Amino acid sequence: MTDASATVQATLPRPVTHTYVDDAPVLKVTGLSKRFGAGCSYCSDPEAKLERNICPVCGTVHAVRNVSLEVHPGEILGIVGESGSGKSTLMQCLYFDQDPTEGDMRVAAFDGGAENCFLVSRQQQRYIRDRIFGMVYQNPYLGLRMNFSSLSNIAEKQIAAGVRNVHQMVDRGEELLERVKIPLRRKQDPPRAFSGGMQQRVQIAKALSNEPPVLFLDEVTTGLDLSVQARVLDLILSLRRDLGVSMVVVSHDLGVIRLLADRTIVMLDGQVIEHGLTDQIMQDPQHAYTQELVYSLL
Amino acid sequence: MTETQRPLLEIRDLSKGFTLHAANRRVRGCEHISLSVMPGEFVGITGRSGSGKSTILKCLYRTNLPESGEIIYDSAAFGPVDLATLDERRVIYLRNYEIGYISQFLDVVPRTTAREIVRASAAEAFEDEADIEAETTRMLEHFDFPRPLWDLYPNTFSGGEKLRLNIARAMVRRPRLLLLDEPTASLDNASKLKVRDLIEQLKAGGTTMLGIFHDLEFMEGVCDREYNMQAGGFVAE
Repeated sequence: MTDASATVQATLPRPVTHTYVDDAPVLKVTGLSKRFGAGCSYCSDPEAKLERNICPVCGTVHAVRNVSLEVHPGEILGIVGESGSGKSTLMQCLYFDQDPTEGDMRVAAFDGGAENCFLVSRQQQRYIRDRIFGMVYQNPYLGLRMNFSSLSNIAEKQIAAGVRNVHQMVDRGEELLERVKIPLRRKQDPPRAFSGGMQQRVQIAKALSNEPPVLFLDEVTTGLDLSVQARVLDLILSLRRDLGVSMVVVSHDLGVIRLLADRTIVMLDGQVIEHGLTDQIMQDPQHAYTQELVYSLL
Repeated sequence: MTETQRPLLEIRDLSKGFTLHAANRRVRGCEHISLSVMPGEFVGITGRSGSGKSTILKCLYRTNLPESGEIIYDSAAFGPVDLATLDERRVIYLRNYEIGYISQFLDVVPRTTAREIVRASAAEAFEDEADIEAETTRMLEHFDFPRPLWDLYPNTFSGGEKLRLNIARAMVRRPRLLLLDEPTASLDNASKLKVRDLIEQLKAGGTTMLGIFHDLEFMEGVCDREYNMQAGGFVAE
């Protein structure tokens, strides 16, 4: 018996040996806070007790409080939390749609992470937005020009990133529309003529047009019906597999996070209350709120 | 086995319970577990349902967060590490390349065919396209996976078929340490023999295994040592 197994084993190909690469994060955020309001001496203390996320003394809303996170190459980081927990504000700060009150963000593809990107010039922030980041909003109206053709929408991001060759833009646009499975005969149609799921896929194509190493996805499948949701999720997974894009995925849908994310952080009232491997968050949640969230999963 | 050999895995006084905040209750998992597994060994854990067997394996795989104790694993990539506290990125690396886990349930990305599932796993372990293809086929054939099912989604499969797929997926990578959580529980005898056969092959190839088995007599001849659990702790070795 042993001899037979040994023979079998000897003829099998040997698996390749891997080495762990401790690669630097593509994105590293430290101590990010976003306040709406002036703040006061009471709530400037990071440990101060708030009413949910509102200061009981001055009424300032602390939408994001002292959040730190890291995203590594090819990794998908999930952010979950109920509506109003600060997920979207966090995402908007990362994409420079809003200015954080405090915080530090290092982007490996920009100056090798030497500078705090929240403090660089507007022009440099636009450069990062156009060439290093991609964003897919929950509301396609924020990410697309509804009356321009899908192809022009994709070209817009390429122009922003410095592409000037029309043929190149058209070729790239068509390639991307095929990738997100929009029939090419509809490439001249404006997104307003598309269904919600198709609009999301055009947004993804647009976000991908300059091959960003980092993609932000804000509730991309919310409001889509199940089969359309499935197609968008499949697309996201294939992007990671084929292109190695790192992503930050915000969702209140734990099913989506479970499927996509390697690691997950849980937010409540603007703060990170728990983080861990996604399967650990799902099967062994520590915080009372995370437990409530997980046990509510259908 | 020589005297100087280090254990591949050494659990020291591991305890894990669950605090359910809403119900204001504590649920017991496992308590004061200590065990060691030498390289190449096959160690079985037996005990009644609810005695905390799975909790030990889940702590090892870090699906559960250990509360106290150490889980020292002698990894190829980093040398000895404590899995109870190792950073998440390294845990992910070990899951990809060193530690395999087979549970009673198949948890896969929906809308992925059986062949793609095994292939994706093989692609982590092998570089050569031909090897990936050959290993995928070999695994599916080994478990007598009916060919018409290869390109179907597993949600239509029977329990036994899903389980066999689960095992094929984990084993195709040839993990260094394989954790088995009752992999044969719902299989018929012929399938159990298949699993046993593969376990023997893996063992001959040097894979270390720690497994929970309901019917450990089935693993007689493969299993080197056995721990028996009752109410969270070991009673006998």
